[in-house]
Amino acid sequence: MLKKTIAGIALGLTMATGALAQDPLSMVYIGKNTGNPYFDSINGGFVDACKSLGCEYEFVAPATAEATSQIPFIEAQIQRGVDVIAIAPNSPDALNQVLDSARAAGILVLTVNGDLTGNESHRDATILPVNFDIVGRDQVEMVGSLIGYEGEIAILSATTEAPDQNKWIVGMNETLKNDPKYAKMTLVATVYGDDQPEKSTAEMEALLANFPNLKGVIAPTTVGIAAAAQVVQSRGIADQVKVTGLGLPSEMRDFVKDGTVTAFQLWSPYNEGWLAAHFAKGVKEGTIKNEVGSTFEVPNLGTITINENNSINTQAELTTFTAENIDDFNF
Amino acid sequence: MSATDTTTTAEVGREAAPPRPLWHVILVRPETMTLVLLVLGVIVASQLSPYFLDVSYILRSFTLSAEFAIVALVLTMVIIAGEIDLSPAANMALSACLFAWAQASGVPIPIAVAIGLGAGLLMGALNAFMVIALQLPSIIVTIGTLTLYRGLAQVIAGDKSIRVPEWFIGIDRVLVFGLPVPVVIFIVTAIVLGFVLAGTIFGRQIYQIGTNEIAARHAGIRSRQIKLVLFLLIGAVAATAGMMTASRLGSVRYDLGLGGELQMVLMAMLGGTYIFGGRGTILGTFLAAWLLVVVSTGMTVANLLPAIQLTVLGVLLIVAIIATNFIYSRTQR
Repeated sequence: MLKKTIAGIALGLTMATGALAQDPLSMVYIGKNTGNPYFDSINGGFVDACKSLGCEYEFVAPATAEATSQIPFIEAQIQRGVDVIAIAPNSPDALNQVLDSARAAGILVLTVNGDLTGNESHRDATILPVNFDIVGRDQVEMVGSLIGYEGEIAILSATTEAPDQNKWIVGMNETLKNDPKYAKMTLVATVYGDDQPEKSTAEMEALLANFPNLKGVIAPTTVGIAAAAQVVQSRGIADQVKVTGLGLPSEMRDFVKDGTVTAFQLWSPYNEGWLAAHFAKGVKEGTIKNEVGSTFEVPNLGTITINENNSINTQAELTTFTAENIDDFNF
Repeated sequence: MSATDTTTTAEVGREAAPPRPLWHVILVRPETMTLVLLVLGVIVASQLSPYFLDVSYILRSFTLSAEFAIVALVLTMVIIAGEIDLSPAANMALSACLFAWAQASGVPIPIAVAIGLGAGLLMGALNAFMVIALQLPSIIVTIGTLTLYRGLAQVIAGDKSIRVPEWFIGIDRVLVFGLPVPVVIFIVTAIVLGFVLAGTIFGRQIYQIGTNEIAARHAGIRSRQIKLVLFLLIGAVAATAGMMTASRLGSVRYDLGLGGELQMVLMAMLGGTYIFGGRGTILGTFLAAWLLVVVSTGMTVANLLPAIQLTVLGVLLIVAIIATNFIYSRTQR
């Protein structure tokens, strides 16, 4: 009892002195869902940056990546009085109202690794790994180079409403239609594995059954590419069907080493968290102007420019992972 | 028939259990358990996080599940009548999609609302037709229509979301006497349905068909009509809830309210409604809705992991089911 009282007084004192001194900037990152290794890496960037910048930081995420599941979490963070909410939105528009009330409460709202496409006015800025307009094009080039620019290809995506994947798929379709380089490639199907391993595996099996002449599969999602590679590996058809897409080096390492997957792409999720934390701190303290065209310095990343729609990229091109370089990456 | 005059004292002692004392009648009820859990929930949540105990925050959080809670009130009556309806969340999505689609293609809002409501009634009628006229078990029927309604919603809305006009957005931000409108609707609905269920002949008949439908029918109760009314009512209320969700989110997608049927059943069960019918109260569901909001909000604002949240909710439900069954088995005599 006495111990508790003393602890309580001590806690009260530290809180009081904390309030007297300047409150450290508090930041939260709301992921799409828990149990998604991709977000561990972004989280790592935030953690390291906040350690060196001296901000408070927490990572939270709902159990499912369903459109409205993040709303209670945003409400809770508003109630906690955080200074910065960074979020990987599960929906391009269902969060509009609650993000508006967060901004009305003086909170800086950043979308990290995903944007509110079409509803950009409901967030302050977005931090994306690369210019998402070129992802579709680069992925088509990737699969084309693997299959000799000829034959049937298919897309294995995340959920039907995943905003980023849908944007890339539009880019893939446009590239295939407009660029004569890919005239001999036909997109035969676009299927959705809902970012669940079992569903993605089932969709991949169905693709192979329905399109026996399938040459290549683009899976622009980390769950999808791992599931597709698993199917190809267990059937031993790596020389007939080329799997590529966006994947995590840590999950894809074995598939690349045994030749199931020749090459795939991604960026550094770690740098997104690292950049977002530095940007948020700068904007909150007035050292960075959140205006299109203005630039700022981030340690290890160099000079960063704020592009149209207040969008910020951590790198210019996708990183391609092959057997040669995959051991250099640890996320 | 009656042997009261000549009954010996020995027979009285054997046949009739002693009347339960008044405190027993009042306190040993499932709703008491829900109330105790609610009070405990508030205490624990305010210990977990200093940010929890703020009435406006709790009310704002309640609006996030108010739509489900309103439907759960009607669902309570359906379950008491011995049936179940698992399709209301899908109904919410389809009604909201039809409403949003109609107004987006130029139909004036009042007519679009009427279309949404009409669709809700129609969906209720389809459930009722299969359960009452075709004599199919309601759990199977409504699992089927759950999938059907959700599928139709996706046919209408596709993978895109449909915006609603700016002035229609934000029913949850409008306050009446300091309470958000969805909360007011929930409280008023609870009072009205509570009165209907506990204070009218219609209400007593719902309990009777839930306890023993054949006996109720022999006693002249029109059980089919009552069930039809209940299915239509839950259809219309679900449609209203769907449009309220549209107003809260500002846009409609086919996945609106996905998984909501489980939350609704959870509210009814936590409130002490007996899954096999014949027992339960609106008050119980009313309290359970607050209990669920307090528990999940308390854990979210304390930044607890979703895994812990799911575990706690699961334990709560099991405790509620065991307690409900225990109390009913003790008081059934």
